[in-house]
Amino acid sequence: MSEKIIYQNQNLECADRKTLEARQLEGLKFSVGQALKTKFYAANLTGHIKSADDICSLDDLKKIPFTTKDDLRASYTDGILATDMKDVVRMHTSSGTTGVPTVIYHTQKDINNWTELMERSLIASGATCADIFQNMMTYGMFTGGLGFHYGAEKLGILVIPTGAGNTKRQLQLMKDFKTTLVHATPSYMFHMATTMHEHGFSMQDLHLKKAYIGGEPHSENTRKKIEEMYNIDAYNSYGLSEMNGPGVAFECVHKTGLHVWEDSYILEIIDPVTGEPVKEGETGEIVFTTLRREATPILRYRTRDLAAVIPGKCPCGRTHRRISRITGRTDDMLIINGANVFPSQIEQVLMNVPEVGTNYMILVSKTGALDKLTIQVEIYSKLFHGDLSELEVLKHKIKDELRASIMINPTVELHEPGSLPAFEMKAKRVIDSRIKI
Amino acid sequence: MKITQISVFLENKKGRLYEAASVLGQNKVNIRALTIAESQDFGVLRIVVDNPEKGLEVLKANGFMASFTDIVAVEVGDDPGGLAAVLKVFADTGVNIEYMYAFVEKNTDKALMVFRFDNTDEAIKVLQKNNINVVGRKEIESL
Repeated sequence: MSEKIIYQNQNLECADRKTLEARQLEGLKFSVGQALKTKFYAANLTGHIKSADDICSLDDLKKIPFTTKDDLRASYTDGILATDMKDVVRMHTSSGTTGVPTVIYHTQKDINNWTELMERSLIASGATCADIFQNMMTYGMFTGGLGFHYGAEKLGILVIPTGAGNTKRQLQLMKDFKTTLVHATPSYMFHMATTMHEHGFSMQDLHLKKAYIGGEPHSENTRKKIEEMYNIDAYNSYGLSEMNGPGVAFECVHKTGLHVWEDSYILEIIDPVTGEPVKEGETGEIVFTTLRREATPILRYRTRDLAAVIPGKCPCGRTHRRISRITGRTDDMLIINGANVFPSQIEQVLMNVPEVGTNYMILVSKTGALDKLTIQVEIYSKLFHGDLSELEVLKHKIKDELRASIMINPTVELHEPGSLPAFEMKAKRVIDSRIKI
Repeated sequence: MKITQISVFLENKKGRLYEAASVLGQNKVNIRALTIAESQDFGVLRIVVDNPEKGLEVLKANGFMASFTDIVAVEVGDDPGGLAAVLKVFADTGVNIEYMYAFVEKNTDKALMVFRFDNTDEAIKVLQKNNINVVGRKEIESL
């Protein structure tokens, strides 16, 4: 066997800042040129930028206004299409809660570039062509399925394209084909572990080495819990359909933050209120600019995802900056009696309590003029000893730790394992009944 | 002379106690004594059954969170002052009663009570020293 490959392209992945920025400038000029060919940007950039020649340095990025999700919705169906439709080979839409989808087009070259980034990500995590990869993400419009599929195939991995759901079949295939890699949401990893026994399988039947977990924000403790349950390494995968899908930022084997592939995207972290850049290391809203996409260029896209740049060098040698895991979304922040609370803070606390199982719900309601926060948790059955007072102690422990973290006194309810709603795809754990629908 | 109680976590949900009782009934596990400890949003069902191993197995198989707890079954005189006489022997020792409840049936003219002590082994010694009859598993099965 030849030496293990640890980079897809060492020169590019470990390039010094100056080289990387020169490449970014070239990409930005290209993207602005493409953008001006679209109906949306032709109008939106008026008064800011006339042509790609107005971009002389990366500082000129500031001349460009932000693009929001609403802009993308308003551009449905072909407001942001820079190429001839006959050159487009694929499109993905993401359904918005408001009902108006956003659409992203890809030329063959765009698909190839996306595939390359996904392959690079998998290599960074230590995957090789000897791995067997079972892709448990939804295929189709959701970019998670196809993105990983193409990247893994390019790396020469055997892909089992199961898609999401059908836990019994997933486990059977994992056992029969000695699956070493899976891609799933954290909720599904939990769901599979807790229902494994009833499907007639045990951890001993599996040959799993790594799981790529993404599709929903999750805490470091959630990762640890998954790693312990399966005795594997779990890697955080971040992407969004507006920026292709998975393969935008990925963890290397050191698992100390996600490398943003800066040859393909410009990363900015801004204060969501003022729009100004935050100091390095501070949490803010992630803003991305595509640098290589032909069909749907997007400039300064406000992702609504909150994260921070991790300062310093990664031991892997890659120079592409790392971001923290997503700690929340600008639009999922709950304001409870005037205090800002992110569901991720609550998850962080809960997943640190050994007696808490894998499922929980966050309910916000109104009692009179006040907001009420109720946390429902499932208990981990192996730690039930039949003692009522022990349960009361546990309840107070959860309550106290939550209060210390979020400064709000919640009501904690203990539930039996399997009694709260289970999620096979993106988990919806927050129910805010204050909002009138 | 310890016997086994099954403790079952029950969340405060309509029909959950009925479901637990049905599971035991369908599997021919007979309840000999029971009590429920309750808090605001959940309870713990405590039961003594004729076959605790089977009882625990069928409850767990049906999704209940359940575990074994050591208890002591004691014969108490079924006349005024009978219970007080038993409690008196513990008043002077360091053994504490955490909770207690009664059996429905009995096999002598004495009443049968379940005790959960903070120190089960010590409690049994105290009872035996005072000639109070501690009932074993065989007798519970044959009730």
